Amino acid sequence: MSLTNDYIKQRLTDKFGEAVSQVEETFGMLNFTVPKDLNLKVMQFLYDDEELQFRFLTDLTAVHYPDRKGEELAVVYHLYNFAQRVRLRMKVYTSVEDPRVFTATRLFEAANWMERETYDFFGVNFVGHPNLKRILNVDEMDYFPMRKEFPLEDQTRIDKDDEMFGRGGHIGI
Amino acid sequence: MSEQHNITLPEGSIERVTQTLNLGPTHPATHGVFQNILEIDGERVVSSESTVGYIHRAFEKIAERRPYYQITPLTDRLNYCSSPINNMGWHITVEKLLGIQTPKRVDYLRVIIMELARICDHLICNGVVGVDTGAFTGFLYLMRWRELAYEIYEEICGSRLTTNIGRVGGFERNFTPAAFEKIEKFLVEFPKALKEFETLMNRNRIFMERTQGVGPISAERAMNYGFTGPNLRAAGVDYDLRVAHPYSSYEDFEFSIPVGTTGDCYDRFLVRNGEMWESLSIIRQAMDKVKALPSDVYHADVPAYYLPEKSDVYTKMEALIYHFKIIMGESDILPGELYNAVEGANGELGFYLISDGGRSPYRLHFRRPCFIYYQAYAELIKGAMLSDALICMSSLNLIAGELDA
Repeated sequence: MSLTNDYIKQRLTDKFGEAVSQVEETFGMLNFTVPKDLNLKVMQFLYDDEELQFRFLTDLTAVHYPDRKGEELAVVYHLYNFAQRVRLRMKVYTSVEDPRVFTATRLFEAANWMERETYDFFGVNFVGHPNLKRILNVDEMDYFPMRKEFPLEDQTRIDKDDEMFGRGGHIGI
Repeated sequence: MSEQHNITLPEGSIERVTQTLNLGPTHPATHGVFQNILEIDGERVVSSESTVGYIHRAFEKIAERRPYYQITPLTDRLNYCSSPINNMGWHITVEKLLGIQTPKRVDYLRVIIMELARICDHLICNGVVGVDTGAFTGFLYLMRWRELAYEIYEEICGSRLTTNIGRVGGFERNFTPAAFEKIEKFLVEFPKALKEFETLMNRNRIFMERTQGVGPISAERAMNYGFTGPNLRAAGVDYDLRVAHPYSSYEDFEFSIPVGTTGDCYDRFLVRNGEMWESLSIIRQAMDKVKALPSDVYHADVPAYYLPEKSDVYTKMEALIYHFKIIMGESDILPGELYNAVEGANGELGFYLISDGGRSPYRLHFRRPCFIYYQAYAELIKGAMLSDALICMSSLNLIAGELDA
């Protein structure tokens, strides 16, 4: 039988009830949110279940929504079922003050670097990660650059000598 | 029968200590800027740790304030051995978000370019595996055909390595007759060269001894490590996005997916060679399909997102308005969230795009296949000889630009 989004949704609500929220389908992919302390339980269920078999972690990243108080950081998991070729997206929200989320490294080796990258750029603290340190940025960095409070350089600024890079420098724009 | 003696070596003697070896960041064998710190016992690798990030350029951050069409050049610089696939992947993602349907001819032309890029990427990788096993000839010989492929890119978009090829909705200009001639030339000449390359390598005793059983991985471990692309297929999983989730009309083509069994360097090599043959067959089919279609279609009819002809901008009001709106980033982009992936030359290249309706993405994440499967390197080379570790690295097809984004 083929695995439909409706069926996955049914199985998830049967198992976890109200905990699985914001279930929607965008561009054909099932999308849902779970409380952050349940992320491993849900992933384990999706992994172990004989019919669901979501055993491949395609992608793991985070998104910063500074305006959502108490759930500023969304950790996004893309899971994949190889047999039925179905994708789904699971989200976990956490506050920026206490960005602790359980690590998925016990389930997927692939999560190791992806979580390090997410920590590096968003500061999500993956509890239980074997080696949670910066991966792409320098170790001395003391902020998380992909958060929205760090805008890119204003391209109209004039206080910088950028003449060699074609931006006019202190002569003006 | 002599009694076995366990020799007690003094602390600090050469036989008791392991050595730390820095492989990289700039080492000829890494073929890119990343570092491996190897702990070696004689010539055996005891453990290793990889450090990446030396050419991190913050593309995801930069993309957050660029309009969609300006993100294409950023994708060039991910896997720079096959930039056209990245470009097309990005266009297809944006088209999916905007709901643009591309004409069949555009799809087929894209398929031609993407498969050419796949051949270029694989021939570099397989050539380099040859170099690292001591056979420089194959690499040098195949370079000539990559040069021809780059001339084809040049004919189509004007550049060679970082192509920025195509636009959202189609191509920036139609393929010239010279481009088709060159593709035909490639289709006639390259198979001969590839045949020779295979004759040189595939059953070569030295090459087989050097690569068989080196850096193997089981299908289960490979999946757990997030392997995709030829590396996963070499381990025996027939996962190919062109078949599993067809895009750009790949469903119209007949081709098979080469699959290995052991996931070692030799299987990875054979899978890539097999894919080159399949790619050639796909290009052949696409050329035939393109010939049967009207030759003046090279983009979708979406004036709100596709830049008009420059001559029209100067003479027609609508064209001028659309040109202004696209350049100033005032075209309406729907809010939405999608993950779209294409079969990159070394794995599943995914784009996770969140649009809040603004001129640039709210968040864009690249799923870079290299970055994900490179984690397995420490496990692949544990206990191997140092020289095998190098072959293993080159046969994984690691591209520094894609590791770091």
